[in-house]
Amino acid sequence: MAILLNQNQELNLKERFFNLNFVFIIILSILAGIGCMTLYSAAGGRITPWALNQGIRFCMGLGVMVVAAMIRPEFYYKIATPFYLFTLFLLLVVDVAGHTGMGAQRWINLGFFKLQPSELMKLAIVLQLARYFSNCTYEEIRSIKGIIVPIIIVAVPVAFIMIQPDLGTSLMVLFCATALFYLAGVQWWKFGIAIGGVAAAAPILWHFLHDYQKNRILTFLDPERDPQGAGYHIIQAKIALGSGGAWGKGFLSGTQSHLNFLPEKHTDFIFTMFSEEFGMAGGIVILFLNLILISYGYWFAFRIHPSNYFGKMVILGLNTNYFLYVFINIAMVIGLLPVVGIPLPLISYGGTVIISVMASFGIIQSFYVNRDRELKK
Amino acid sequence: MRKSNEKLRILLKRSLVIFSANIFLFFVLVGRLYYLQIYQKEKYAILADSNRFSTRLLVPPRGSINDRNGVELATNIQNFQALLIAEQVRGDIDKLLDEIAPILSLTSENIAQIKKDITRHRRFVPIKIKDNLNWEEVSTLMLNNHKWPGLIIDQGLIRYYPFKHYTAHPIGYVGSVSERDLQQSDAPLLQVPGFKIGKSGFEKTYDESLRGIEGSLKYEVNAYGRIMREIEKIDGKKGNDLDLTIDIRLQKAAYDAFGEEAGAAVVLDVHTGEILASVSTPSFDANLFVDGISQKNWNNLLYDEKTPLTNKAISGQYSPGSTFKVVVALAALEAGIIDSKTDYFCSGRMKLGNHLFHCWKHYGHGHQTLVNALKNSCDIYFYETALELGIEKIASMSHRLGLGETYDLGLENEKKGVIPNKKWKREKLKSSWQRGETVIAGIGQGYVLVTPMQLATMLARVVNGGYEITPTFIKQQKAEKPKALNLNPEHIKLVEEGMYEVVNGIGGTATRAKLTINGIKMGGKTGTTQVRRISLKERAEGIKKDEDLPWKYRNHAWFMAYAPHDNPKYAVAVIVEHGRSGAGVAAPIASKILEEAIKLDIR
Repeated sequence: MAILLNQNQELNLKERFFNLNFVFIIILSILAGIGCMTLYSAAGGRITPWALNQGIRFCMGLGVMVVAAMIRPEFYYKIATPFYLFTLFLLLVVDVAGHTGMGAQRWINLGFFKLQPSELMKLAIVLQLARYFSNCTYEEIRSIKGIIVPIIIVAVPVAFIMIQPDLGTSLMVLFCATALFYLAGVQWWKFGIAIGGVAAAAPILWHFLHDYQKNRILTFLDPERDPQGAGYHIIQAKIALGSGGAWGKGFLSGTQSHLNFLPEKHTDFIFTMFSEEFGMAGGIVILFLNLILISYGYWFAFRIHPSNYFGKMVILGLNTNYFLYVFINIAMVIGLLPVVGIPLPLISYGGTVIISVMASFGIIQSFYVNRDRELKK
Repeated sequence: MRKSNEKLRILLKRSLVIFSANIFLFFVLVGRLYYLQIYQKEKYAILADSNRFSTRLLVPPRGSINDRNGVELATNIQNFQALLIAEQVRGDIDKLLDEIAPILSLTSENIAQIKKDITRHRRFVPIKIKDNLNWEEVSTLMLNNHKWPGLIIDQGLIRYYPFKHYTAHPIGYVGSVSERDLQQSDAPLLQVPGFKIGKSGFEKTYDESLRGIEGSLKYEVNAYGRIMREIEKIDGKKGNDLDLTIDIRLQKAAYDAFGEEAGAAVVLDVHTGEILASVSTPSFDANLFVDGISQKNWNNLLYDEKTPLTNKAISGQYSPGSTFKVVVALAALEAGIIDSKTDYFCSGRMKLGNHLFHCWKHYGHGHQTLVNALKNSCDIYFYETALELGIEKIASMSHRLGLGETYDLGLENEKKGVIPNKKWKREKLKSSWQRGETVIAGIGQGYVLVTPMQLATMLARVVNGGYEITPTFIKQQKAEKPKALNLNPEHIKLVEEGMYEVVNGIGGTATRAKLTINGIKMGGKTGTTQVRRISLKERAEGIKKDEDLPWKYRNHAWFMAYAPHDNPKYAVAVIVEHGRSGAGVAAPIASKILEEAIKLDIR
């Protein structure tokens, strides 16, 4: 009985801080360090304009993560629905602004910070779905009726993001949501029907894609189609990567990157730049460190209190989100997926992504910090 | 509780599935890395290098073309141009342009063009501001260099013909590489922007030798084409020089002797066949072509009725007129039809069948021996001689003396002329030879056509004692001794005597053209050829005076001459197109040229 009481006891701030998983934090710091180092090389051996900025942002991100981790998990449960609706509202604002002659925008300018509602939605949708599924019975989840509401929860923001237009993010949200549906226990055959339906609708969807999106897909399928235009990025990225070989050309010595043949070398294509200088060995290090981070995510989900179904769902959802970032980015720069403009989190230059990824790590840690007690709904 | 457990169980089970899927997908990425970075490394390493390295050809200096004394007739001069590198400019580019505009006398159109070029190119690309700067402009820019970072003065080599129109024929000029040049040759130099190749004359014929061997510069570039550093430089080799036989001093004198007249003159060394001067007037400034000639200048040259673009010395074909009488005389002497004492009576006309042939002197010359007939240029004497001799022997002697032949001078459009005979007429005109045609061939009219080059060669072969010299523009290291033509020296002496009398004899046709140098005499022969046909009606009413005709209907005037008479060294042939009279117009030009040659004492 004493043990049970202990399990439900609230932890004080100090206890919560020392309950953080520090190995996890060290690994993501190593990845951020690799990012800064690569940005230093991308700038031709200077800490400006990118490496220093990125370091500062990562430190801010660390702060955000710790704060998010110190917040009690109950808070996330409580704000899930209002947060989701608020984010949906922001998406609508951006869409309407974009369609009333103010130009296609994906962000709201807050002066010091450009807020991307679609970025927030990745988080909001995970929280909202987790909350929904945690309150459903097993039977409800297995029934058709039970998945109509979550389908709407997903479909509306995905549609909003799609018309921004931001194909990459909307697909990421969709994949992440699909993973949560699957984890909740939705039957295989329902996925089969959904996939079949999408396949049947694909020609119609193709018709609705913007020309640049069609181009990206066509160019991905055949980069030589337009070697000076859209295919240039993929071809040059492959040359950078391939010429790096097993061990790379050495730090600060990537010819493709330093002579500017490699496009977007400090943002989306940073993995290619790193692999040119450090070869396949370097690439495997990045993949391996990310795999450890993801494995930790699964371990956290497994480890927290069995009654905290919401927490497990949130951890798995955010973890899948992170995995999708890493996988899609690397797959696209090495020519396995179309170039859809997804950065490599922790390494690519860019403030929004680093803060949002660190915030999601903070939420994951929040559940892990309170791993031994029940969630008080 | 059971249901809750069921939810958890499936969550755990499925999270393991997704985790496995994640691991699997990471291995797919690793596999792809292996494929690109290990399996295809070589391919991509080569592609990376071809991205990164670029090679530029270094254009070698073109060989110069020199006259016989080593004076450069075609050379390379330094050409200064002002360039602007936009990214190095500190401050406002427009302000800089305003500041330099007065120094370089740039018009507002120039400046607009420069600004357009700047926006069109990447900012590190040098933009040409002005070409061919003069010394004043260069020095002003140099002095104030510190004020205008980004403004640079670049020097290159440009082909230059210091003697301008004096040498345009036969040297020719260089010009930009055309589409057709590229199809005909795959020499890499032709691909270099701004490279010039020979377009006419010797610049064209000896182009490959003059061109030299290209060097190369290998360097590293970035994606925008900016040169990052030099990797390797291989120096080229300057083109070979070309040494001509021309003496530019004589060439100039010959050209100037024509004044405003259109025509051509060729001066030969009678013993070697070396061409000491070859002019065609009017000519043009070959420098106009180097950077591309303007449409206006081109049209002016193309539509000028005096045809400045044609090298009349080798491409102009004219009836030789009375100068041909020398050939007829030698052929007749060799055939034994005439000798020094043979005499014909000239009454001013000769009847053959129903046709009357006229002498140029209406009332005739009376009794004429060969020397007199040459001196007076009596037509009747040569009508009679030619008639007796027949066209075949005339043609044969013509060919021996170099008429109707080309000499492989290395120039385009070298014309062969026409030396007619029976076979020629049958083939060309599909009709049989008429005796009357032999008669007029006897005075170098009718079908006979020669070029000034051929006529000079013919005269040289006669006055050098009958040696088969061949005219040449190129200095030979070791000249072969020319073959003898087996002409009887007595015959040559007789003909020379006739030509001597033309200039020096009392009443000779060209006595006004005597040399003014003490003790040195020349010999020569006039020729006047009709450009239009004189009709019977006109002859009856009185032939129009040449001066009354439009320029293009006036007679062509010939004079060929050699000097010194007692030991000939120089032979010259002069044609003045529509010059009216050989004695009056062509002979003074020829005599001026010979005087200059003797004064120069060309070796």
